[in-house]
Amino acid sequence: MANDAEAENGRQAWQDAYDRTPLRDVDFETMSGIPVDPIYGDGPYPGQYPFTRGIRPSMYRSRLWTMRMFAGFGTAEDTNGRFKEILRNGGTGLSTAFDMPTLMGRDSDHEWALGEVGRAGVAIDTLVDMRDLFADIDLGSVSTSMTINGPAHIIMAMYIALAEENSVDRASLSGTIQNDILKEYQAQKEYIFPPRPSMRLITDLIQFTAAEMPRWHPVSVSGYHIREAGSNAAQELAFTLANGFAYVEAAMAAGMDVDDFAPRLSFFFNSHSDFFEEIGKFRAARRIWATWMKERYGAKDERSMLCRFHTQTAGVSLTAQQPEINVARVALQALAGVLGGSQSLHTDSFDEAMALPTEDAARIALRTQQIIAHETGVANVADPLGGSAYVEWMTDEIERRAEEIFSHLDELGGGSILEGVYAGIDNGYFVGAIADSGYRFERAVNAGRRIVVGVNEFTDGDHPGDRNLLRINPQVEANQLKRLNAVKQSRDDSIVRSSLDQLVIDAADPTINTIPATIKAVQALATEGEIVAALETVFGTYVETAVM
Amino acid sequence: MKRDSQTPVELFDAAITGQRHAIGRLLSLVEQGGEAADAVSALTHEKSGDAMVIGITGPPGSGKSSLLSQLLKVIVAAGFRPAVIAVDPSSPLTGGAILGDRVRIDATDTATFIRSIATRGHSGGLALAVPGAVRVLDAVGFNPVIIETVGVGQVEVDVTASADTTIVVANPGTGDAVQANKAGLLEVADIFVVNKSDLPGSNDARRDLELMLDLSHMTGQEDSTGRRPPIIMANSLEGSGAAELWSAIVEHGEHLVATNQIDTRRAKRQLAELRSRVSDALLDALDNELASEQGADVVAALSDRRITPSEASSQIIDRVIRID
Amino acid sequence: MTDTPIRIVLAKIGFDGHDRGLRMVARILRDAGCEVIYLGLRQTTENVVAVVEQEDADAVGLSMHNAQHLTLAPKMVESLRSAGLDVPVILGGVVPDQDIAALMESGVAVILGPGTSAEDVVRSVREAVTSRS
Repeated sequence: MANDAEAENGRQAWQDAYDRTPLRDVDFETMSGIPVDPIYGDGPYPGQYPFTRGIRPSMYRSRLWTMRMFAGFGTAEDTNGRFKEILRNGGTGLSTAFDMPTLMGRDSDHEWALGEVGRAGVAIDTLVDMRDLFADIDLGSVSTSMTINGPAHIIMAMYIALAEENSVDRASLSGTIQNDILKEYQAQKEYIFPPRPSMRLITDLIQFTAAEMPRWHPVSVSGYHIREAGSNAAQELAFTLANGFAYVEAAMAAGMDVDDFAPRLSFFFNSHSDFFEEIGKFRAARRIWATWMKERYGAKDERSMLCRFHTQTAGVSLTAQQPEINVARVALQALAGVLGGSQSLHTDSFDEAMALPTEDAARIALRTQQIIAHETGVANVADPLGGSAYVEWMTDEIERRAEEIFSHLDELGGGSILEGVYAGIDNGYFVGAIADSGYRFERAVNAGRRIVVGVNEFTDGDHPGDRNLLRINPQVEANQLKRLNAVKQSRDDSIVRSSLDQLVIDAADPTINTIPATIKAVQALATEGEIVAALETVFGTYVETAVM
Repeated sequence: MKRDSQTPVELFDAAITGQRHAIGRLLSLVEQGGEAADAVSALTHEKSGDAMVIGITGPPGSGKSSLLSQLLKVIVAAGFRPAVIAVDPSSPLTGGAILGDRVRIDATDTATFIRSIATRGHSGGLALAVPGAVRVLDAVGFNPVIIETVGVGQVEVDVTASADTTIVVANPGTGDAVQANKAGLLEVADIFVVNKSDLPGSNDARRDLELMLDLSHMTGQEDSTGRRPPIIMANSLEGSGAAELWSAIVEHGEHLVATNQIDTRRAKRQLAELRSRVSDALLDALDNELASEQGADVVAALSDRRITPSEASSQIIDRVIRID
Repeated sequence: MTDTPIRIVLAKIGFDGHDRGLRMVARILRDAGCEVIYLGLRQTTENVVAVVEQEDADAVGLSMHNAQHLTLAPKMVESLRSAGLDVPVILGGVVPDQDIAALMESGVAVILGPGTSAEDVVRSVREAVTSRS
């Protein structure tokens, strides 16, 4: 029987790969001492195309997921203190949150920045802030994650310039920059330029890192914000992967070989409350990405086909009523993320529905992951739910729904997903579909067809008023404005001017990569806002048509 | 309570001096219809008639609003004070509406005025409200007055088509030109715009339009002059095409004057409004009559087959007209 | 006079891009028969005032998810007042309990926190519009 022989071969190939993989030094047995196998059920096994069951043969037996927590508040110096504390405690990854003006490409002295500076993340106006953010930290040995999109190329340029000042080879820099502009137009709305010039900047960075920074992830394609904005699970998956395809098409159109950059793309998903739907979504994500990369985009390198992703629990599911019970929600969502095979995980703090998390709440969130990793035993077996009739059906169903959306976008774009995504942004398809799904859910809650514990049922026990919420020191804003002013006084304005002029010239020519001129501009201490303003003269500014 | 503390006359006096909230209030009165609307009409009728009235229509998502905001900038730069009436459909079920496509221009710029009007479920109201609103904006000094619709529904088409100059916007690759033909918009267009001209297929859209114009020879409104509507290629993201569009509008305005069509069109517009007004009043009277005791008797007689449908209608018409 | 629909301007002021709640409220109010003038993101208080005048709106709804509510909501109230507009300001989004008193004191008419039901949204808007002085 050929099928039996094939199955046997697949099993053997998996076993060989597993045997070659170093494992963590723990006992892979139950609490009662029963030894368990690394996998159960049928192939294709974890680490085998199309990777439905996981991207690695041994999964968490070799390495647990990365427990990544966000840090960033106040001035660069404040956050630097936090970073050093993380490194002292054995952390190797730094995850940076930026404040709203920085995310929007505007300086701390912008008229709209009032009340926002240093509040939801760190304020970065110039290279000087970047120096302070990473003071006394060896950029060659840490992995840095930076959650920023519209002005990602500028922040990246600052990081590269800083490495150069510190005599760190840029080829040794390792980390991720989110740099996913498409979902900004669809969901998160932190855009600056119109879609096409924004894609140019992203392609520039993909090309630059592929050539000079092999350890850097230039785009983290993010569905998280699409889900938070109200989409359902299939839409989150489909829109995110479609955006991924769009980046692939854009980079290929710029002349790159798919296997030169696709292994460096990564993903970021939401883990919401419907347990099996989420697990099905994660499994479908891997299968779809692998299939499309191989079949449609002609990837040869298996690493181009791997959908590696970071997961965060659903902030939008957290309730302001009885906030303590959010701990239970987060635990279940995190468990779904782990059973779905996430490479990295962020757990929300229970108080996030009301304000930025307090330190205690953030600690509980991290401890939740540690309980899942070390107490529940779920890390012992790869894809433990694979083979369940329900989970397999759910995986197929989510995939089918996603494929319907790809077909729509493909048609909209006349055979190009990239053009289809542009068209969907333009005609309000994404925004409308997301808002409709969100509204459908709210109506179900309102009608009592869907129970949200503590909100429309089981409402006893809420104690408003006695909550301990984080407040940011208002002094932060004044300090940052002082810092920005000092930089502006100290620099040579004529060099700033000429570096910005050169950037404008480069930006106007689509055949020139804008990253080198951006690095020059940040070295001249041009502010983020000045660089954005210069580029706006070429690219224009995006204004959303408020299509409902 | 406080809202009605100012009479239409006081509001109009304030509106003439440029107080925008007074203009906004007058427009609300016009929209509400009834006696207050009549009072506003009486105030504005004589003082209006100077403004150029431009209709612009195109499907939702055609980038019409972006194009319009570019056009407004050109119009303001040319020294005019434009006003826009943006018509959006109300939900037929709830009467509610999301007027989400408000033109994105700086609303604090006093040289322009933008007002959104929902169809409020009954088209008859719109057919009266829009001409009334045009008169208010005209009378307080705005020129041109632009009516923007999404080009679905007959009344919206009629309202747009009753402008001095009617512009139809189409997008490449979406079959807009074909749709426009079906909706009867091709017949009434004085100027076509192919928007988003950077998109693939924009030349096809242009060719589609040319072809349809070839087949129908010319638009219905220009039968006598043989004028062929120009097709403007625009890209509202880059702002290109807005200046050309304005030139085409001005050129069409001159053409209307030169061929005396301006008076014909305006007379037609007055006639259309008169017809809606009279038919609205007659319909109201009819409804009242049918709801009355005598009316009910007639209806009962009809359903008992004691009288024929034509006898029933004659009796009702007699009564309605006698009510005056 | 017959039941003229309530006209409400919905907007977000400043950088904050979280528009899920605002879009939700737009749909809720539309389905309750209101005419919603949806301005969306990155508005200024001056622009909102100008739109209220031109649209003759009955209410303004703002949604805020950053801590700017303490500065921007009172600024909105003040801008409307100084333009002579008797129009209630309804605030939604994430507003910590301890800020509510100060906001009401500054003239905000209603605060709708996370998890407010559709009925409460509609009722609050109706009450705010009918009870203005």
